[in-house]
Parts: sequence; C-alpha cells; structure tokens
Amino acid sequence: MQDTLILILLILAGAIRAGTPLLFATLGEIFAERAGVLNLGVEGMMIMGALSGFMVTVRTGNAWTGLLAAILVGGSIGLIHAVLSITLRANQVVSGLALTIFGTGLSSFLGQKLVGVPAPDTFRVVRIPVLGELPVLGPLVFQHDILVYLSFLLAPLAWFLMFKTRPGLHLRAVGESPATADAMGVSVVGLRYLYVFLGGMLAGLGGAYISLALTPGWADGMTAGRGWIAIALVIFATWSPARAMVGAYLFGGVEAAQFRIQGTGTQVPSFFLNMTPYIFTIIVLVIATQETVRRRIGAPAALGLPYEREERG
Amino acid sequence: MTPHDEPPRNPIAPTAAIPCATGRDQTVQFLEMKGITKRFPGVLANDHVDFQVRSGEIHALLGENGAGKTTLMRILYGLYQPDEGKIAINGKAVTIRSPREATALGISMVHQHFMLVPPLTVAENVILGLKSTREPWLNLGEAQERIAELGRCYGLRVDPRARVWQLSVGEQQRVEIIKALYRRAELLILDEPTAVLTPQEVQEFFTILRQMARQGQAIIFISHKLHEVTALSDRVTVLRDGQVVGTMLTSATDRQRLAQMMVGREISFQRYKDPVNKGEVALELQGVWAQGDKGLPALKGVSLTVSQGEILGLAGVAGNGQRELAEVIAGLRPATQGKVVVGQKDVTNRSPAEIIAQGMSYVPEERMRVGTIVDFSVAENAILETHGQAPLARGWFLDYQAIGRYAEKLIADFDVKTPSQDTPVRHLSGGNVQKLILARELSRSPRLLVAAQPTRGLDVGATEYIQKRLVEQRSKGTAILLISEDLDEVLALSDRVAVMYEGQVVGVMPTSEASVEELGLLMAGVKKQLPA
Repeated sequence: MQDTLILILLILAGAIRAGTPLLFATLGEIFAERAGVLNLGVEGMMIMGALSGFMVTVRTGNAWTGLLAAILVGGSIGLIHAVLSITLRANQVVSGLALTIFGTGLSSFLGQKLVGVPAPDTFRVVRIPVLGELPVLGPLVFQHDILVYLSFLLAPLAWFLMFKTRPGLHLRAVGESPATADAMGVSVVGLRYLYVFLGGMLAGLGGAYISLALTPGWADGMTAGRGWIAIALVIFATWSPARAMVGAYLFGGVEAAQFRIQGTGTQVPSFFLNMTPYIFTIIVLVIATQETVRRRIGAPAALGLPYEREERG
Repeated sequence: MTPHDEPPRNPIAPTAAIPCATGRDQTVQFLEMKGITKRFPGVLANDHVDFQVRSGEIHALLGENGAGKTTLMRILYGLYQPDEGKIAINGKAVTIRSPREATALGISMVHQHFMLVPPLTVAENVILGLKSTREPWLNLGEAQERIAELGRCYGLRVDPRARVWQLSVGEQQRVEIIKALYRRAELLILDEPTAVLTPQEVQEFFTILRQMARQGQAIIFISHKLHEVTALSDRVTVLRDGQVVGTMLTSATDRQRLAQMMVGREISFQRYKDPVNKGEVALELQGVWAQGDKGLPALKGVSLTVSQGEILGLAGVAGNGQRELAEVIAGLRPATQGKVVVGQKDVTNRSPAEIIAQGMSYVPEERMRVGTIVDFSVAENAILETHGQAPLARGWFLDYQAIGRYAEKLIADFDVKTPSQDTPVRHLSGGNVQKLILARELSRSPRLLVAAQPTRGLDVGATEYIQKRLVEQRSKGTAILLISEDLDEVLALSDRVAVMYEGQVVGVMPTSEASVEELGLLMAGVKKQLPA
C-alpha cells in the first residue's frame, strides 16, 4: 500500500517535471497565436534551445549561461519566422515547418560531438524550506528545480497579462481583428514581432529545460516531438494560460507514468508505451476541438492570416 | 437577454439632452477642406474638392460608388495623403497623417464594416488603444460607467459588459458611435450607416444623430439613399466623378434633383411592371432546416412557394438565414430536414449540377467569390455552367471560336463594359461583373432564378439596369426569388414579399398590401404574421 502511494507520488512529481518544458513552449505558442501568428517551428526552436543550452553550459560550466543562450537562440529563430510571416507575408505553415526541419537538422549536425558528454552543471532540486517538508504537497510541489518554480509563476502571470492589462487587451485585439486594432492606433506589426519573439524565447527555454534539468545531456532529437505536443496543447488549452498548465501536467503525467511502467518490467512492448503521449495527443485534440466548437471559443479569428492594411477601397 | 427581447423604445425626450450638452459654438466652421485632389494610377479620384462642415450640422455626402466619397473621407481620416489641397480644423491648417492624428483632432469614423473585436466586451472594445488611468491595468469599471453615462445622454443603449458577438447589428453600430464619443469626437464620419438596419432601427438611429447634432456634434453622413439624405441632413454635398457638383441646404432641394445631380441624367424611380401572370409552381420549400457555418440551425422550418412569372422578394436583416436558404436551394448547403422541389422534381440535397439541370439559376451574394472565378477571363466565366454542351464543346474539347461568339453575344446583350472578352474578371467593376453573371444565368432561360443581393454595392446606373432585367425576366415567365436586404428594392420589384427572421419565414404578403412599418416589425421579430 505504502509502495503504491509512493509510486503515485513519484509519477505526479514526475508529471510536473516532464510537463514543465511543455508548459514553457505552450505558453510561448499561446502568446504568438493570440497575436495571430501560427508558428509551427516550436519543435525546431525547442531542440535548438536544448542544444545551445547544453553546448554553452559545457563551454562555461554554468547552466545559467546555457539557459540564457537557449532563450536567445529560441527567440532568434522566432524572429526568422516573424520576418518571413509578418514582414514578407509568407505562408505561416510553410515557414514554421521549414524552421522545424531546419532546427532538427542543424541541431543534429552541431551536436554530433556532444553526444555522451556529461553535463558539467545542471539545474538541481531546490527544496523549499518548511513548505518542502509538508507531507504529499512537499515532494509534489516544493521539491523541484528552480525552473519549475519559474513556470509556476509564469502561467498565472501570463494569464494576468492577457486578461487584466492594457497590453493584454492589445494582444487579444491584434489576433482577433488586426484591422480594428490598427485603426485604434495599436501597432499590429510591432506586437506580432514582439510576441513571436517571446514565443521563441519560451520555446528555447523549454528546450533547455530538457537538456539541463529533465534529462541532462545531449541526444539527437531529444525533444522527441514535444514541440508538436505543445502546439496541440494550445488548442487543448483554448488559448488560455491557465488551462495550458492543466494540459502540460496531464501530458507530463502520461510521459512520467509511461517511464515508471516500463521500469516495473511489464509485458507491454516499450514501443506501445512510447506511443502513448502521441496517441493521447490525438485523442485530446479530438475532444478539445469538439468543445471549442460547442462553446464558441475558437482560435483567434486572424490566426495564420498575414495582415495587410487595405489600400484603395 | 437577447437584443430582440427588448421592449420597443421611445424616442428620447428632448429634456434628457441638457446635462450632456457640450456647449460647442454651433455657428463655427469645424472643418474646411479646400482644393483636395487625389490621383490613383489611371483615376482622378478627387478633383479639387471643396467641402465644409459646421459644428452641430448633419452634412450628407452623396454620390455613386466611385464618385470619390470614400477617398475624400479617407483623406480626412488620415488613411490617404492628398496630392493637392488643404485641410483646416477650427480655422487652423492641419496635416493628418494617420487615423490616430485624426482622432486627436476630434475626427472619428464609423466604417461600413464595423471595426470591433467580436470576442471582446463592449467596454474592452471602447477602450482599445486608449491609455488607461491605472496603467498598466485596465480601467474597465470606470469605462463601463462612462459608457453607461454616454448611453443615457444620447439614447445609445447598450450593455458595456456584453460581448460584441452577442449584439445585434444595430447595437454594434451604437458601440461604434460610443467609441467615437468616448474619444471626444467632434466630427463623426458615418459611412453608409443604415445599410444594415431595419426601418425602425433607422428611425431610432436618426433620432440619436439629431440629438448628437443638437449638442454640437458635426456629422458627415455618407449615403446613396436619397430619402435618408433628405430626411436627415441639414446640408448636402453631391459628388460625381471626383468633383463637387454642388453643396446646398437640404430643405432647398428634393430627391429628383439630387438624383439628377448624382447620376448626371434623369433617373426613373418607377419600375414599370406588367400585372402578374402566374404560371405553375417553380420552387417549393417544405419545412426546410439547415445548419449555419457555426453548426447552429440557421433555417428552422422554412416553407415557401414561388411560381413562374412572379417575383417573391425575401426581406430581412442580414444574418437571419437568407444566405443559407439560397445555398440550400442551389445545392451548396445540405438541408437537414424538409424538402426542396424545383419544377416537379424533388431536388433536396442533390448536387448543384442536377438542380441546374432542373432549370435553376443562381446569382450568388458573393459575386467575386462564388459567382465568378476572378482570374478566369470574361469568356471563360460566361460558360462556367454550359461548357460541356454543344456547340461550346465537342466531347472533351472546347471550341474556343464558338465560346468567343457566345461570350461576345452575352457582352453585347447585357451591356457588360469590358476591354475584351479575354480580360480577367478581377479587373471588371462590380456592376459589370454582376451583369456578366446575370447574362450567364439568364441565357439558360431558367425556370427559377435565385438572386441573392443582386444590386448590393452597385452604383445607381447598374442597379437600375439589373433591376430592369430582373423584371423583364419575370414577365418572360421565370420564377424569381429575390433575396435582398434593401427593403426599397424588395418593395419596388416584388409581387409578393416574405420576411425572414431567425431562420423562419415570419410573414408573406402581396406587395400591394405590405407597408414599410409592418415589414419592419416583422424584420425585427417584434411581430409574427399568423398563419392564414
């Protein structure tokens, strides 16, 4: 009995850890999509974040410098998408896909010599005094690394920004009706750049979390489709940061449970267990899509559409 | 509460105005535009236009499409820069480089397509782009109070907490005006504001505008509806081909004279019509249900018949199921229940090709998207439905000579103005595209013609032509279902009028027995005709 409880607790704590990179990336994509830009390059930005984070940490021996590098690299790739899709009005799907392919390939090439290198520094568990000693809640919430705590703060902060502040109102307006926002003196192009950049930075951060905290080290393709899951989570979350938290931990839980079950020496082939997060993605997407249709809370109306001021009407 | 549950409103008592009076001097020339000229490649859109507006006056700007009204207003609103000419506000010369600068000068514009963000609340829409008093937090509570206050002052009643998508079109328009007043607008530009309203809503809207004018607001009212211009405005300026034809007191002119100034020739308001000579039933709808684009029922049991030789006008405010109804008849939208009979044949949920074969012709609402393939030439568009038939085709091969002769004939018969039959339809004006579509559809001598908004956005000349052809076709024995949001058009052309409200036909009557008031009540859902 005691063992089962501990196992459940371990899975739940693992869910939070495994969900953290998803949460960062999902929040980032929510920002970009709320501004009306669909960025399918999340996977590419994450893996480049994972690689650059680890690479710089190996050079400097300090995980914080690696984290900073990952954020900048993610943001820069986001800016490439911004230039292509906002300024040049390229097709956002094509541009995003290209970035994912680009990021996956480039990270594989640049990371060849890093495979198997041990991490000189990682983000270790910081047990919060007093709170960390609480039964159940302590190990579940207050015995994590600092980036997990950061993500705890970030999601409510994002929600607050979006729905309670003036910049948040501008963000929502730009994604729903850019022409209106423009007419009201809100800079559509400026805000879109800003939030695509922010989205890239958060994706890079999520990637670095994988290579510096979750499974320290570098392995080719180590993000393993988490960027795609994040894009699905945006829909599941109905573009709301609060629900993004629920979704990220749900998926983190599937991932953590799958690891634990593999550890118990089950008869189920590991291939099937590895499949579960992706199958879960499809199921969740089907359910979430039906719900958004029913509750009329669909994607931002201008999502994926380049904005062009109407000339000569 | 849905907008339609509200009790009928009374006009605002004049005493309600006093606490909100702005105290602006009403004799002051607020705006002066002098010698405004704007050229676009190949077009002289504004040719030395002079235009003045006083505080407290409603000044109508009248002209056909392409006369230069919109260009002039876009210059005033900072969207275009004039090539020549000067603008002065309150006697001071100004340059207006952007809508933001226009707003700062007290100029606001209510666009024809509302500039509102549907998922946001009224208050959020109103304060969008404005600095908050509690930066960076939103001052929603304060905004809601001020909106309510403005609403009381001007009779602009709307719930500041409602989300915009939940509002009726009339309410959305009020939100637009509140937005302008909230920004302390002194000059309000209204671009064809009545196009989307029921007759009662128009009356209420005019009351609000007069009230605003009494309190010193200057209002520019852009329109091509003459009776509205004469009913509402103090002065009127008529534009034609980019030039001012004249500015005069509205009381010193009349509809006939304004029409002549606007078009440059005499226009007949009378549509000559033969008496109805009804033939057999061409279209019968029995309890048709269908879903709208959002998956909600858009048609809720529509039953109608249209006989050969008559025009049935289908009136209603936009978005009450008219578009969906046309699409069900044309085979473009599945009916979930009920029966559609064209001729004697049940064509419910059959393919468009089968329905066309039954003698149905369709002039769709969106002429550039559904009615034509804009990158195809005029000739190719002329044969979209008939390209498989002799003599236009022989087996799999198209006979371009025959197609050319055929297109040439349609162009001549329907007076389509195009550089050549090889010109892509994209380059034609709206009126000429519509003539081409009508030519294509009527050339098949249809049993039934479904015409959705056939004259929307067309100039007076093209409208007159299209309407004349529709009446002619009816007299030749075609059954015509005319779907239009323009009540004047419905009344002028139809033999019978049906009104749609929330997916149902709430009344059908002979046009001779229909009054604008009664139709308005039906359109607003206030009244429902009892089944005879």
